[in-house]
Amino acid sequence: MNTLQQLFQRKQNNILSVYYTAGYPKLAATLPIAQALELAGADFLEIGFPYSDPLADGPVIQKSSEEAIANGMTLNVLFEQLKSIRPSVKIPILLMGYANPMLQYGVENFCKKAAEVGVDGVIVPDLPLHEYEEFYKPYFEDNGLSNIFLITPQTSEARIRKIDDLSNGFIYMLSSSATTGKSLNTSDDISAYYQRVKNMNLKNKLIIGFGISDNASFVRANQYASGAIVGSAFVKTLAGKHDYLAHIDAFVKGIKEGV
Amino acid sequence: MNYRVNEKGYYGDFGGAYIPEMLYPNIEDLRTCYLDIINSPIFQIEYQDLLKNYVGRPSPLYHAERLSKRYGATIYLKREDLNHTGAHKINNTIGQIILAERLGKKRIIAETGAGQHGVATATVCALKGLECVIYMGEVDIKRQAPNVARMKMMGATVIPATSGSKTLKDATNEAMRDWINNPVDTHYIIGSVVGPHPYPEMVSLFQSVISEETKTQLFSQTGSSQPDYVLACVGGGSNAMGMFYHFLDDENVQLIAAEAAGLGVNSGHSAATSILGREGVLHGSRTILMQTDDGQVIEPYSISAGLDYPGIGPQHAHLHKVKRVKYVAITDDEAMQACMLCSKLEGIIPAIETGHALAALENIAFKKTDVAVICLSGRGDKDLDTFMNYFKL
Repeated sequence: MNTLQQLFQRKQNNILSVYYTAGYPKLAATLPIAQALELAGADFLEIGFPYSDPLADGPVIQKSSEEAIANGMTLNVLFEQLKSIRPSVKIPILLMGYANPMLQYGVENFCKKAAEVGVDGVIVPDLPLHEYEEFYKPYFEDNGLSNIFLITPQTSEARIRKIDDLSNGFIYMLSSSATTGKSLNTSDDISAYYQRVKNMNLKNKLIIGFGISDNASFVRANQYASGAIVGSAFVKTLAGKHDYLAHIDAFVKGIKEGV
Repeated sequence: MNYRVNEKGYYGDFGGAYIPEMLYPNIEDLRTCYLDIINSPIFQIEYQDLLKNYVGRPSPLYHAERLSKRYGATIYLKREDLNHTGAHKINNTIGQIILAERLGKKRIIAETGAGQHGVATATVCALKGLECVIYMGEVDIKRQAPNVARMKMMGATVIPATSGSKTLKDATNEAMRDWINNPVDTHYIIGSVVGPHPYPEMVSLFQSVISEETKTQLFSQTGSSQPDYVLACVGGGSNAMGMFYHFLDDENVQLIAAEAAGLGVNSGHSAATSILGREGVLHGSRTILMQTDDGQVIEPYSISAGLDYPGIGPQHAHLHKVKRVKYVAITDDEAMQACMLCSKLEGIIPAIETGHALAALENIAFKKTDVAVICLSGRGDKDLDTFMNYFKL
């Protein structure tokens, strides 16, 4: 059992995950941000490996990705940085990014390296279910990595069941079909969707992401799911600040406690 | 050798649907019903009627005598430039707009590079009274101003793509993001043989009318439906796929695709994907693309706004790998000179994209009896500014 699976055994609700882009705002920021997030009370981390053409991302993460690449971030650099992340950071760590950089690195190699440095799981939005099943699943499993899949309000029940079967971490439940950084959809339809999925009694925990930016949206997501993921709102907090590390504690507490 | 798509959406090692889950329901919907819709009589009746009476098909196959004399072979031009809106792009948009209607979509989005696909999309949206949003790179908006005006006149909203190189790749990213955010009421009319399956297959099917007509016309003009050479330019590769489609299994027909070498293949300012690219994933399919060792997409360059795409469609990647099609790299200068030559010798001003295909004639050692067909994919009106600056006209 990896630390992510252990977390879900220990904690069933109000789980907060924070996404940030590796190498942003500074190339060397990856580790200090992880440490600061753990100290501030984040339950797990999603570290983004940047891609030049992030299709599922809005302007904030597009920009952080672009700057991270300009700062010199690559998968080689990231794995080098992550070599020393354990044990200084103990909470679960996921890597999030797009298929092409991973394919160029080699999926088998990528999974091995990730496991070596203590990563628990991977989120690759444009690596589809059937490709994963057909070509890549053994690499993830052999290295004890959880592969996290997304669902949206348009995902059929049959497909959600299939995703639940293939998942061994959590299910990343999108608040709406959207790119990252949009405001939370609070319509009745969305509540019905949350409720519908909740009622399916899936074996995996649900974590809601996309559109979580403050305490109100965090609390709301937790009515239906085990936790929520904050991405763009956090990346925005880091933007343009020399003392970005000093803002992390207040940001996390603001999300969790509304202070 | 099999050059067609398999039931999993692959051409050999290339293709598939590498899309975020948000796009899955739309792509799956399309995949399961596009062939049934396209093959239904009600679709075909409307499609054929519009191709004939609205687009003006069949487009002529013209025996270019002075070009023939110059190159010492018999050269035919397949005049896609004479289609309504001035390029081959409309063959696809007509098909996809009828499809979108059948799917119950109310809003159409598209990406465009040179603006030809944007114009062709705006045109069919006007025809059908559907809302139309076109994403176009900020740089391309500047270099293709007349096409932007055309789109606006036909009621389309043109949104500048301001990320990355601000050209076709980025416009495609923005269109995909729009679709992610509007999954229910919107259909995305992709303009080339790129994107997740079934787009490459669907677009090449709609463009295959080019080679279908060419075969019939060539037979009636020469007594044989098989030329020695077929040439077309390739950005994403839609006119080339349409031009090659019905010749793929005629192994004695040499197929030549002209890519944009820009300032030169090794100049760092190029879009010659088949030479500079490696296998990877771009815009939803596994294909060949220009990228760094770390898998970041490299910004392409070409003087022509329709060819500066960092990838090629997955079927092209396959045809390249199995060597069924020869991919050649044509520089900006070679393409521009070929445009001038065609204008002077034939009274036909081609698009700069098309100039790349025409320039490829220079490097073929023709026998006197050889017959070559070139897809004259578009007209050069949109490029007049570029011609004026380049040739100091």
